[in-house]
Amino acid sequence: MKKILYILIINTLLSVKSYALIEIDITRGNLDPLPIAVSPLHVDIKSEEFENIKVRELGNKISQIIENNFKNTGLFNPLKKEAFVQKPDIAHLKPRFEDWRLIKAQALVTGKILVKNEKLKVEFRLWDLTAAQEMTALAFTTTPSNWRRVAHIISDKIYERLTGENGYFDTRIIYVAESGPKNQRVKKLAIMDQDGSNTKYLTLGNELVLTPRFNPTNQMVTYMSYFRNMPRVYLLDIETGTQEVVGNFPGMTFAPRFSPDGKKIIMSFAKEGNSDIYTMDLESRIVERITEHSSIDTSPSFSPDGKFIAFNSDRSGLQQIYVMRSDGTNVKRITFGKGIYGTPVWSPRGDLIAFTKMHKGRFFIGVMRTDGTGERLLTENYYQEAPSWSPNGRVLVFYRETKAGTKGEGFSAKLWSIDITGYNERRLSTKTDASDPSWSSLLSK
Amino acid sequence: MTLYTNLKNIFLVILAALILSACSTAKKSGVIDGDVYTGTETVEYLAAGVPDRVFFATNKSSLTTASRATLRKQATFLRKNKNLNVTIEGHADERGTREYNLALGERRANAARDYLMTYGISGKRISVISYGKEKPVNPASSPIAWSQNRRSVTVKVN
Repeated sequence: MKKILYILIINTLLSVKSYALIEIDITRGNLDPLPIAVSPLHVDIKSEEFENIKVRELGNKISQIIENNFKNTGLFNPLKKEAFVQKPDIAHLKPRFEDWRLIKAQALVTGKILVKNEKLKVEFRLWDLTAAQEMTALAFTTTPSNWRRVAHIISDKIYERLTGENGYFDTRIIYVAESGPKNQRVKKLAIMDQDGSNTKYLTLGNELVLTPRFNPTNQMVTYMSYFRNMPRVYLLDIETGTQEVVGNFPGMTFAPRFSPDGKKIIMSFAKEGNSDIYTMDLESRIVERITEHSSIDTSPSFSPDGKFIAFNSDRSGLQQIYVMRSDGTNVKRITFGKGIYGTPVWSPRGDLIAFTKMHKGRFFIGVMRTDGTGERLLTENYYQEAPSWSPNGRVLVFYRETKAGTKGEGFSAKLWSIDITGYNERRLSTKTDASDPSWSSLLSK
Repeated sequence: MTLYTNLKNIFLVILAALILSACSTAKKSGVIDGDVYTGTETVEYLAAGVPDRVFFATNKSSLTTASRATLRKQATFLRKNKNLNVTIEGHADERGTREYNLALGERRANAARDYLMTYGISGKRISVISYGKEKPVNPASSPIAWSQNRRSVTVKVN
C-alpha cells in the first residue's frame, strides 16, 4: 500500500546522453529509494594535521555523514562500501561507470580533501552512472573544524541537484532538553545539528524554559522562561549568550515567534486571564496589539511574506485555527473538521499550514492549505504536537510523549520527523528527552 | 485449546468485573463528577477546613458549585489574615498543546482570583501565575490524574 512515494527514474535505454537522466520526485512517496554510492573522500597525502582532528579519517567520516543524511530522507539508498569497486582517488578522477553500475548504483559521489595551512579544501563530484556523466561538481575552502558542515553542504548540493529542491542538511534544531521525573522536569534550551551531532546547552536548567524559535538568520532565539518565576518571552543571542526580556508587559507573555524579516516578535500576552496576540518591533520597541477578543488567542505564526498571521483561538468554544491579515483585520476561521486544532505553523514555501489536531483522545500532526482546505493528517499518536518546518518545506519535526504509569514511569518525550507526504516517519536522536523543536533555515545561505 | 479458551473467557470476565467495580467505587466515592475532580487526595489546606485548590473540567475555566464553596472559605480565611498575600497558580492537564495550556492555566487562576475579589479580597493581595501543563501534581496518564491536574492552587506568599 505504501506505493505512493516513488523515485522517478527516466529509463536510459534510449541513451539520450546530453542531459542528466536521474532525478527524484519528492512530491510523492518513495517506493524505491535511489541507489547511490558515496565513495569515501580521498584525503590528499600532502594533508597536514590540524588540532585534534584525525585528518586521515576525515574522508571516510564525511562520506558517512552524507550517507546518513541521504538514508534519513527515505529518498536514497546508500550502498554498502564493501561492494565499492574503485579506489576513492581514481573514482574521483573518472569513474568506470560500468563497474559501478554492476553494484546497481545509479549515482555516485566522489571527492577529495586537503588540509593545509589551517584550511580544509574540499571538492566533490556527483556522477550520473546511467548516463555516464558528471552531474555536478563543486570545490570550496573552509576551516577544518567545520568538517561536519562540509558533509552537510555536500549533501545539500547533491539533494538539490537530484530533487530540484533546496536541501535541509546544513541546519540546526533548537529544542528543550528534558530530564528528571515527570512532575519535576528540568528543562534546558539545547541546540544540535539536524543529524543530532554537536549538542550544546544554552541554559543551565535553573528555571523552566519553553518553546524556543530561531530568527531568520539563526543567530537569535526567542523563547519563554520562568526566570525569577515571571513567565516572559526572552530574546537570546546564541553567539554572545546575551539575553533580555522582550518588552515590558505587566503579565505573562508566551508563544513567541519571529516575523519573517526578523524585525518583530509576535507573541501572546495574558492580561487578567485573557490572552491576546501582540507584536513588538525589536528596534523601535513599539508594541502593537493584533487581536482583541475575550477568548484565548495564541500560537501565532506569520506567513512567509509577512502579510498574514495564523493563530489558534477558542472564540468558537474550542480551539480552532484562524487566519487574519497581519494588522489583525479580516479574521477568518479555517478549521471546521471534527476535533480541536492548535499550533498552526506556516510553511516556509507559503503553501501549507502545519498543525496539531486532537480528536477522540488522539493527537495528529497534519497539513492543510492556508484556507483550511485539503487537510491531510500525517501521523497519529497518544500525544504529539508542535510541528516545525524544514527550511525547504518538505519535512516536519515535532515532539511526541508517551503515556505514563501511575507513578509517572514510562514517560518520555522525543523528537520525531515526518515528510509531508506522510512517509518516512523517524525519531531524531537526542542526548536527552526533548520537546518543542524549532528547525533553523539553511546556515550556508 | 478449549481449556485455553475457557481460561481466557474466565480471565476476561474477571477483568470486566474488576473494571466495573473500579468504576463503581470511583462513582461511589465521588472522585470525579462529570470530569471535575471532587476528591481530596491531592488537596492541601491553607488552614483547618480551608482547601488550597479547586478543580476544573477539561478546557474549561468556569467554577463549579464546590469550587465556589472552597473559594468562599479561602476568602473568609484571607479576611481574617489581613497581612497575608497569596499567589494563585493555574494549571492544565497534559492533554492539550503547550501554549494553549499556558493561556488556560492563566484563565483558571484568574477565575479563582476574580471570585475571591467579589468576596472582598483586594486584588493587590492576589497575584497569579500560570504553569500550563508544566507542573502536574499527579504524573500518571489517567483521567483521574488529569482531573487532579486541572486546578488552581492558592499559595501563601508571606
